[in-house]
Amino acid sequence: MTTFIQLIFSGLALGCGYALIALGFTIIYKASEVINFAQGEFLLVGTFIVAVAMFSWRVGFILALLIGIAATAVIGVVFERIVLQRMIGRPPFTIIMVTIGLDVLLLTVVTILVGGTPPAAPAPFDSLNAITVGEVKFGLNAIASMIVTALVCAALYAFLRFTRYGLAMRATAIDQEAALAMGINIRTVYALAWGIAGAIATIGGVFLSASSNNALFDVGLGQSALAAFPAIILGGLDSILGAVVGGITIGLVYMLTQGYESSGFLGTNFHLIAPYLVMIVVLLIRPYGLFGKRKVERI
Amino acid sequence: MSTPTPVASPAPASMPAHSGLFRSSRNRGLLLGGLIVLGVIFLFGGDGWVSVLNFTMVMAIAALGLNVLSGYAGQISLGIAFFMGVGAYTAGWLGGGKPLFPGDPSGLGLSFLIWLPASGIAAALIGALIGPTALRLKGFYLAIVTLALIFIGQYLFINLQSITGGTQGRYNFPTPGFGDFTFASPVPILGLEFTTNQWFFLLLLPLLALAALFVGNVARTRTGRAWQAVRDNEVAASIMGVNLFEAKMGAFILSSFLAGIAGALYASLTGIATPTTWNLLLSIQLIAAILIGGVASVWGSILGAAFVFAVPVALNTFSLLPQSASSTGVSGGDLSAIFYGLLIIVFLLFEPAGLVGLIRRLRTASQRFDARRKGGETAAAMASSEHETPLEVERMDLARQTGVSQLPDQ
Repeated sequence: MTTFIQLIFSGLALGCGYALIALGFTIIYKASEVINFAQGEFLLVGTFIVAVAMFSWRVGFILALLIGIAATAVIGVVFERIVLQRMIGRPPFTIIMVTIGLDVLLLTVVTILVGGTPPAAPAPFDSLNAITVGEVKFGLNAIASMIVTALVCAALYAFLRFTRYGLAMRATAIDQEAALAMGINIRTVYALAWGIAGAIATIGGVFLSASSNNALFDVGLGQSALAAFPAIILGGLDSILGAVVGGITIGLVYMLTQGYESSGFLGTNFHLIAPYLVMIVVLLIRPYGLFGKRKVERI
Repeated sequence: MSTPTPVASPAPASMPAHSGLFRSSRNRGLLLGGLIVLGVIFLFGGDGWVSVLNFTMVMAIAALGLNVLSGYAGQISLGIAFFMGVGAYTAGWLGGGKPLFPGDPSGLGLSFLIWLPASGIAAALIGALIGPTALRLKGFYLAIVTLALIFIGQYLFINLQSITGGTQGRYNFPTPGFGDFTFASPVPILGLEFTTNQWFFLLLLPLLALAALFVGNVARTRTGRAWQAVRDNEVAASIMGVNLFEAKMGAFILSSFLAGIAGALYASLTGIATPTTWNLLLSIQLIAAILIGGVASVWGSILGAAFVFAVPVALNTFSLLPQSASSTGVSGGDLSAIFYGLLIIVFLLFEPAGLVGLIRRLRTASQRFDARRKGGETAAAMASSEHETPLEVERMDLARQTGVSQLPDQ
């Protein structure tokens, strides 16, 4: 039972990390129907900048996090402005590929900058700090990740619900042309979506890397963020609630299979593919995800 | 008795000759030039360069496979590396000999003429198995499911130890050969004394040519046209009578087959494959190859593979990197990754038809220039009116190939 509670707790913490990453995908998709395959490397870049700020420039965690958030938000907006604005109307293939190009670029730049000496992984608390109840350890980093996810979700909800730009984003998501006709500046909405996605990526990256308990910054972080894909598929690409539910589900599936696979016959590393298997099953039953809407096709 | 005798229908005389791979004299000239360069490298370039060429040709076969699925049929796939892995392990299992060391998986020791086709067929079968599920999905969803395929592949390759050797990888891969003669320990035949790499070259060049001809020709058949119709507009294609499922499955299976063959050749060439050999990066490199070379183009696949795979290997093998760069720990791989990451973006922005499109554009520009220089104004006017139509056709062709309706003005 102790193991089970421990695994559920870790699964929730990990799931919150995935939920944040999934939110980044969803916001961009909702606004502009683009899936950003470089989201994983946004995470990597953001986390790297936070690490450098914390350990080389010696600034506090909160300030470092803000610097990282600003940096990835800027990267997102700049990429959208310079590249994606020119790609509006191109087929999905082309757009996926252009984000993959960005992915390769960012990954390589970070790999070169890190070189052979990775900095420590940035985290708000020491990874050993935990509240112990009975035999279950509730890590402070994990608790922080849950609180931050809840805060980000609340902020996002408030933004979309109560602000002018949030309203514009929702309108654009529902019907681009109608939004244009109402005088909404779609370019601003796109840029805003990419900026928000970039900012959320850094938060997600820092807490994902903190909850994985790695002592060192890991260049594979962007790859592990790919596990958020099952989360968005599970929830449906265009649903914010779906992103959160999907992320937490995938986190739980991942942790539970990892915890129990050693006793089973499933071989090593089954937990790495369990989220994908869940995703494939969901796709077979509901090709547009649990919360997604089916699209009507026009010629 | 009354069976109607089939009437040989004469080819319609008015059909324009299609622009085949080697039909135009200019293409033939380029091909000849290319072959001479390859021949010179083969004979005098030394083993290092020959092995770079071999590696590139194998990747070009894989890129052709990817181009069938993603370029011609327009189905985004990140899973090509998985099918290469399937091909490689099939080749190892069927063709490999006794284990090289304890723990290395053994093989059945079958002939090259069996394991090479079998590796393609195995990959194609797996493709046929997965296809119906994957191809229900479109666009982004298909991309994500094929991404899942890579991870599921990694898991399988790690756990099926008796075939793949687990995380340590498999070393027991066959080399092609005939009877007692294998490429691994070449002996002079008919007075010809070649190294292992040179023998591989002599095998790979015809194989690549075969694959290229096959893909180029299939693309012009009814099936190939159906793929392109599906790519351009699925709903319209199905209304025109294209069986969507059939067309997509055909492309998926052919693509898997070529990937399987390429995987087998790759493993045979390098003599080792670990599960991480077949990772997402390999798929992305192949995607970069077809994007940089040219989507839905046979030459594009080959040029792109050369660009993405030969350039970094050449940089590394012959340490052509500037000293300052190599001392800070920037490898040729890193440098070329930055390069192709940037190039993907740049090509997609400015020349969606890739290197092939660039060459085509330069060619028409030079034709115009020639025409203008040759004659006076009347001649130029005539030449331009002569050239306008094919140029327009070519632009439409380009637009069709890339799925872009508006090409930037030249």
